[in-house]
Amino acid sequence: MSPELKQIFKPSPILTPIQRSYCPGCTHGVIHRLVAECLEELQLQEKTVLVIPVGCSTLAVDYFELDTIQSAHGRAPAVATGVKRSNPDLFVMTYQGDGDLASIGTAEIVHAANRGEKITTIFVNNGIYGMTGGQMAPTTLLGWKTETSPYGRDSNREGNPIRISEMLSQLNGPAYIARTAVNSPKNVLGTKRAIKKAFTAQMKGLGFSLVEILSTCPTNWGLSPVQSLKRIDEETMPYYPLGEFKVAEGL
Amino acid sequence: MGEKILMKGAEVLGESAIKAGCRLFFGYPITPQNEAPSYMAKRLPEVGGVFVQAESEVAAINMLYGAAASGHRVMTSSSSPGISLMQEGISYIAGAELPVVLVNVMRGGPGLGNIGPAQGDYFQSTKPGGNGDYHLITLAPMNLQEQIDLIYDAFELADQYRNPAMVLTDGLLGQIMEAVEFHREKDLATLPAKPWAATGINHRKKNLISSFDLDYDRLEAMNQHIQDKYSIIMEKEVRYESYFADDADIILVAYGTTGRICKAVVDTMRNEKKSVGLLRPISLWPFPDKILQQIARKNTTKGFLVVELSAGQMLEDVKISVNGVKPVHFHGRMGGNVPSPQEIMDIIHSIQWEGK
Repeated sequence: MSPELKQIFKPSPILTPIQRSYCPGCTHGVIHRLVAECLEELQLQEKTVLVIPVGCSTLAVDYFELDTIQSAHGRAPAVATGVKRSNPDLFVMTYQGDGDLASIGTAEIVHAANRGEKITTIFVNNGIYGMTGGQMAPTTLLGWKTETSPYGRDSNREGNPIRISEMLSQLNGPAYIARTAVNSPKNVLGTKRAIKKAFTAQMKGLGFSLVEILSTCPTNWGLSPVQSLKRIDEETMPYYPLGEFKVAEGL
Repeated sequence: MGEKILMKGAEVLGESAIKAGCRLFFGYPITPQNEAPSYMAKRLPEVGGVFVQAESEVAAINMLYGAAASGHRVMTSSSSPGISLMQEGISYIAGAELPVVLVNVMRGGPGLGNIGPAQGDYFQSTKPGGNGDYHLITLAPMNLQEQIDLIYDAFELADQYRNPAMVLTDGLLGQIMEAVEFHREKDLATLPAKPWAATGINHRKKNLISSFDLDYDRLEAMNQHIQDKYSIIMEKEVRYESYFADDADIILVAYGTTGRICKAVVDTMRNEKKSVGLLRPISLWPFPDKILQQIARKNTTKGFLVVELSAGQMLEDVKISVNGVKPVHFHGRMGGNVPSPQEIMDIIHSIQWEGK
């Protein structure tokens, strides 16, 4: 008698089965998968509107089996505000990188968070502009060499890296803010828990929610995928500590 | 309904939108249109609508993008510098083919300028102001009653063509009070269905709202589709008022506030048996070029005088339309100044009209 086979892993029905255009070793794929799993487990697919930014993850307009809106650079939280305010029953999320959210889009994210918009932001922070070819971001760590900080980021010249999660958690509007990483199986699982909590905050109507996910960019960091994951532990996390910065009552 | 009431221009903007079935307004304070968002902040909750004061015009236009993308009638109003800030979002809205209604209560420019009436944003509205090949359906009222009608029509046209529509007024129309009548009210049950909107996938094929395509051929095809739509709009949606223009030697061309002043000029000069008429474009895009060509070709037409609150912007479209067949003269005021009828009559008298 053959042993009974049990399927324990399968493609997510929320992810479109086409080849991704992300670079080898990029963690967008893992994060996409986690977002899809959480939407599926919370049965949100049918009522979700996904707002896509400008950056590497603009490519995600093709990757999710969700109604999708591609927005201008940095403006996703304003677009999501327009969707949610006109359709309060929809589940509305933005997916943004650090150039998009922490540089050109600071006004939009701060005020969406401050108004307590009932939307969720997945904030993928790899400390660099990927799509445009490796320029310095507001989140780039001191000393990191990029196309536009070729001598290494210097706080006297370029200022210090912005800690978005800590900054936004000073506001009353957010119901949930956490920083996670996807550089180890443990951290991947922690990220999934945080995303689920952020989604739940919106479902319960508690306010704005955001998960900042420390990510890599092997291509523009000039490191192998494995070295890139190590760099998260050694350089990124000491400056950007993981944790929950805001958890509303009832969550 | 059916009753004349005294209202301020900027408030009329708001009520017109509500009568057209708009229940969403996103805006940012800027003079001389502040009474519009104030009106909406108070009025929209009374009719089950939503008002949000955005953190900037940049955010406001993107809130419109989101609301329109998910299938709702939505409007913002602003004034020149604020409309400048919205240009990025307007380009995305046009590219993604979303119906929104924008109102520009034009003020003196460039830069901060002042809060007086002006028409210096004609180019920005009609050419267009943001990146890429697109057009706004641009409608210009000359009084508050026409403003009511054009805002209603702007919503209808925006939905019909899936294209942003701009109602272009100025600081004078924003601030005056006039007796108006709201004679049309949209039955919300008859708002057009928008099966393309992002409303949750809900067991159908995914809807994508986007102006983005990395593939050159597909992006060119998307552009061609938009241009084909514009050809239809240019064919079907031209609006103008001809005021003795088919029976005049001298043709004034003016829109909005200056159109209204020029109408008074025509009345006065007709009483003096002077052969003066007015062609008042109501749709600035699509521009009424064919009627201007026809008038230019008439033997009796001696020439044109374009009057604007600018250094001469619509003037270029008039010149393109007339195409050198007859002389085109210009009189413009700037900085918030408005010409009096007498000033325009003096200009008409000072010009050496051919055949005179």
